[in-house]
Amino acid sequence: MQTEVIIAGFGGQGVLFGGQLLAYAGLDEGKHVTWIPAYGPEMRGGTANCTAIVSDEEIGSPLVRYPAAIIAMNRPSLDKYENQVKPGGLLVVNSSMLDRPVKRTDIRVLEVDAGDVAERLGDKRMTNMVLLGALLANLPVLPMSAIENALKVHLPERHQRLLPKNFEALREGAKYKVN
Amino acid sequence: MSRELMKGNEAVAEAAVRAGVVSYFGYPITPQTELLEYMSRRMPELGRAFVQAESELGAINMVYGAACTGHRTMTSSSSPGVSLMLEGVSYIAGTELPMVLVNVMRGGPGLGNIAPAQSDYNQMVHGGGHGDYRCIVLAPCSVQESIDLTVLAFDLADKYRSIVVLLTDGSIGQMMEACELPPMQPLKTKFADWAVQGAEGRERRFLTSINLDPAAQEEMNYRLLKRWVEVEANEVRYQEYFMEDAEYVVTGFGSSARIALSAVRAARAEGIKVGLIRPITLSPFPKQVYANLSDKVKGMLVVEMNAGQMLEDVMAANRYRIPTEFFARLGGVVPFPDEVLEEIHRMVETPIPTDSHPRDRWFARVMAKG
Repeated sequence: MQTEVIIAGFGGQGVLFGGQLLAYAGLDEGKHVTWIPAYGPEMRGGTANCTAIVSDEEIGSPLVRYPAAIIAMNRPSLDKYENQVKPGGLLVVNSSMLDRPVKRTDIRVLEVDAGDVAERLGDKRMTNMVLLGALLANLPVLPMSAIENALKVHLPERHQRLLPKNFEALREGAKYKVN
Repeated sequence: MSRELMKGNEAVAEAAVRAGVVSYFGYPITPQTELLEYMSRRMPELGRAFVQAESELGAINMVYGAACTGHRTMTSSSSPGVSLMLEGVSYIAGTELPMVLVNVMRGGPGLGNIAPAQSDYNQMVHGGGHGDYRCIVLAPCSVQESIDLTVLAFDLADKYRSIVVLLTDGSIGQMMEACELPPMQPLKTKFADWAVQGAEGRERRFLTSINLDPAAQEEMNYRLLKRWVEVEANEVRYQEYFMEDAEYVVTGFGSSARIALSAVRAARAEGIKVGLIRPITLSPFPKQVYANLSDKVKGMLVVEMNAGQMLEDVMAANRYRIPTEFFARLGGVVPFPDEVLEEIHRMVETPIPTDSHPRDRWFARVMAKG
């Protein structure tokens, strides 16, 4: 069993960290994991994406064309990745930053106003956590407790005081379910 | 030992530290920079030497000097930076010194780009600097193997007074994976009888790559060759997947092999009897594995991220016996497993011509697609 997740958005939206959390949590659960960024000569505000794979066996390619799930945090990411979700796969979108609906009908779509939820919780930078919570509630790849634990261990020291808020963001996201 | 999640470049750096590297000299270049950055923090912490040189030329010549002392030393760079180092590499080979060179390959030629590629195969395996020397070239395909082969690289460098290249790419360097680090090794305290560390109380030693007498230079070349014969006899490493009953073989190294593994698994799931051979030492090349392939093997697919550099070695190794096809992406484009699966289907479903070169057929297909 192998599950691939691409997280895509603007640099600064926590795209890379979101993917790393999946990898750390997978590692703690005894799984094989890879995390690979689409690195480039980029900076804050540019596009960013990463692929995280969690698997029961040795992982072959670290990149896949048709992943099981994609989190699109903005419009350019939706445009780029909508067609790449594996048929039957899961597409989680940050509807707070979208001005069009998702077109595909052969996949499971979850529209989460994650930016607004994060802002309501007190910090827009937690948008990635809301979306990650929504992903995990709809894709049984890892238990929420593994992500919470990974967050506890790997959130930088200077942000540790934000831990309860981040847990809250994950749980708010997890309330969203695909119809 | 506990498993941790590490980036390939940083894992190589920490593995080198634990293998007892005493000095590191380098110059930043993407996608290798995390290695240098990690060393800049870690080496001073341990009281070891880190120098960011003024250029790659400076770095490799500092390595040259450090290697003369017999202590473990290394540098790392990425393709264009390695090109700059090659004069020094040849001098180090000519002085018969051990060193470890990490090349995190990127797209080229020229300045190219910073995406993963495998186009330095020929440079590292078949040449690079001038003169008749060989480097041991190790090609990891994961973060864990990057660690293991880094440690091995230092051991082999010492054992054969050889340059050992760890040949990775931007993908393996930037990727994070679960890994276990080896224990910290004590630093070397015994040194070979050629090492120069001050000659007080003993006869002086002389290390150089200049040999004005051709007969003496010929002797030196014989020495290199003698060591190389030993390397070829003892140090070949490779990995096989699903080869027991394979009627078709896919082969590639490093990143290509991993991508091919995904495709091979998918093909197996469809009932195609296909296996995978992954050379771990590109030099010495595992010639025998290809030479000994059974006549039951009906076809072979070589997958690379270059225009068929290892392809030539694979074909020569099996003496052009097994019908071969080729597939590649170039310039920093990384192939997806489904592209390789498509090539496996082609190999299985259509007869493989033997009167033309696999590269020519592959390139004709690429051009026909437009």
